[in-house]
Amino acid sequence: MTPRPTRRTAMALVLAGPLALRLSPASATPDTMRAALDAFTGGAAVTEGRVTLNVPLLVENGNAVPLKVSVESPMTEDEFVEEVAIFNELNPLPDVIRFRFTPASGRAAAETRIRLNGSQNVHAIARMSDGSLWSAVTDVIVTAPACAET
Amino acid sequence: MVAMVNIPETAAPGEIVEVKILISHPMETGFRTGADGKLVPRNIIHDFRCLYGGTEVFRAEIFPAIAANPFLGFFLRAVETAEVELLWTDETGEEHSERRTLTVG
Amino acid sequence: MMLRAALLTGALATVATAEERRTGYEMMSPDLRAMQDDEMSNPGMLWVAEGAALWDTPEGEAGLSCADCHGGAEQSMAGVAARYPAWDEDSGAPVDLAGRIGLCRTRHQNAGAWDRESRPLLALAAFVSRQSKGVPITPDSDPRLDPWRDTGRVLFETRMGQLNLACANCHDDHAGGHLAAATIPEAHPTGYPQYRLQWEEMGGLHRRFGNCMAGVRAEPFASGSPEYIALELFLMSRAAGLEMEAPAVRP
Ligand code: HEC
Ligand code: HEC
Repeated sequence: MTPRPTRRTAMALVLAGPLALRLSPASATPDTMRAALDAFTGGAAVTEGRVTLNVPLLVENGNAVPLKVSVESPMTEDEFVEEVAIFNELNPLPDVIRFRFTPASGRAAAETRIRLNGSQNVHAIARMSDGSLWSAVTDVIVTAPACAET
Repeated sequence: MVAMVNIPETAAPGEIVEVKILISHPMETGFRTGADGKLVPRNIIHDFRCLYGGTEVFRAEIFPAIAANPFLGFFLRAVETAEVELLWTDETGEEHSERRTLTVG
Repeated sequence: MMLRAALLTGALATVATAEERRTGYEMMSPDLRAMQDDEMSNPGMLWVAEGAALWDTPEGEAGLSCADCHGGAEQSMAGVAARYPAWDEDSGAPVDLAGRIGLCRTRHQNAGAWDRESRPLLALAAFVSRQSKGVPITPDSDPRLDPWRDTGRVLFETRMGQLNLACANCHDDHAGGHLAAATIPEAHPTGYPQYRLQWEEMGGLHRRFGNCMAGVRAEPFASGSPEYIALELFLMSRAAGLEMEAPAVRP
């Protein structure tokens, strides 16, 4: 006798495919995004860390995906986060938003809602006042609604 | 254009307060086709700034990947009673601003 | 396209039928629920704010605002959206909330008619609906509405379109299941007008009906048509007791 699938197993089945994709290497990063990223870093080395990027793992619609980013920093005149740039891989343009902070920001953190054209990685790169560059990357699975107008 | 702004009215000196804003704007990407089958011309809010006591404390450079009716949240360190001014511009050149007083003490 | 592909490949999955009624809100991810719940992040609140301003604006030859006749909406409009559609004596037919606001505009303000999906009408409907937040749906007991509800039920259960599916095939038989990646809700009209992320703007319940009809390749009825009013009356009685939540956010 086969047991009826419960909601949880059905969900697990739906997730099985996309979850495998989570293991895809970061080298899959498309060229246009790589170029935009290089323009921001000036080709300097980027270290992973200090940046926390929060985007839901699974969203029901890519038109408004909540994004929160924060960077560890004392935010003093001597040591603060100057700018955080967000990039995506699959939209027509790789740039998403650039947050420019000052010591008066008090905290290097910001949130917004972004458009994502399908499941992909989202990148955040922070430039500190000492010029060092830090990054975080996260992937998002975007599902689409079934019934639309056209 | 309507916007909703959330900034605490009062804060203690040195307190870090959160500023939130929701702006009514279609954020036309320039990549969308309208009902007539033609591309709808791009018009997004591309620049957003926050001044506190006349000094810029936060700025965002915005691209078409920001959702329609954009929402932004960020922080500032309260140091003195002063005006917080939020300013933004879209690609038709329309400029808007919202002002609130932050009382510190 | 997506819908047809999903149906042809048998992706219309049946999952256990819900014992209790669940709103579309309860089926959303925690992130989308948070977007709806926080007034500062719910984009529908922009329309509510616009509606609040329009409520106090004199319009038409009468030069009267909604407030001139109805006073503060917090009192006069509390619970109204939760019992609409209601009978309109003059036209001898039921009207939905947007229809009623439209009639006040033409009959009482002597102003030009607004399109049903126009921004000011959606804004006023959102503002009026908001005054019923948390109020359980209590369908109007006027017996003249009953035959309309019966027509609505028949429409809900009638197969239509190239895909030959009834609303009930999805929203009763497969509610809680998936259509491709989308969760099929029970179609409770608790949160209209609503901010649908797919639209990137506010829209009415009848626009939503039109999306589902287009989904099964049926020719949608017109917004405000007797067919949609009948469907709305039926869905509101089917949702009796569920709490109003306009402006809802949906994917
Ligand atoms: C093939 C399946 C299917 C059929 C048939 C269908 N719908 Fe839907 N309906 C959906 C799905 C899926 C959604 C969720 C939104 C989405 O992702 O498209 C939905 C959403 C809705 C909603 C929004 C509920 C909310 O929480 O706001 C309403 C109302 C609705 N449908 C009514 C109808 C009516 C009325 C009919 C018949 C005219 C109908 N539907 C036919 C699949 C269907
Ligand atoms: C000149 C007075 C007048 C003005 C102005 C007016 N209304 Fe009304 N409204 C009425 C009357 C009278 C009714 C009862 C139904 C009828 O006779 O039309 C009513 C009914 C309603 C109802 C249904 C209430 C219920 O309990 O069923 C709503 C909702 C409503 N009006 C909204 C509005 C809005 C929104 C505006 C502004 C766009 C407005 N009205 C402007 C007189 C007015």
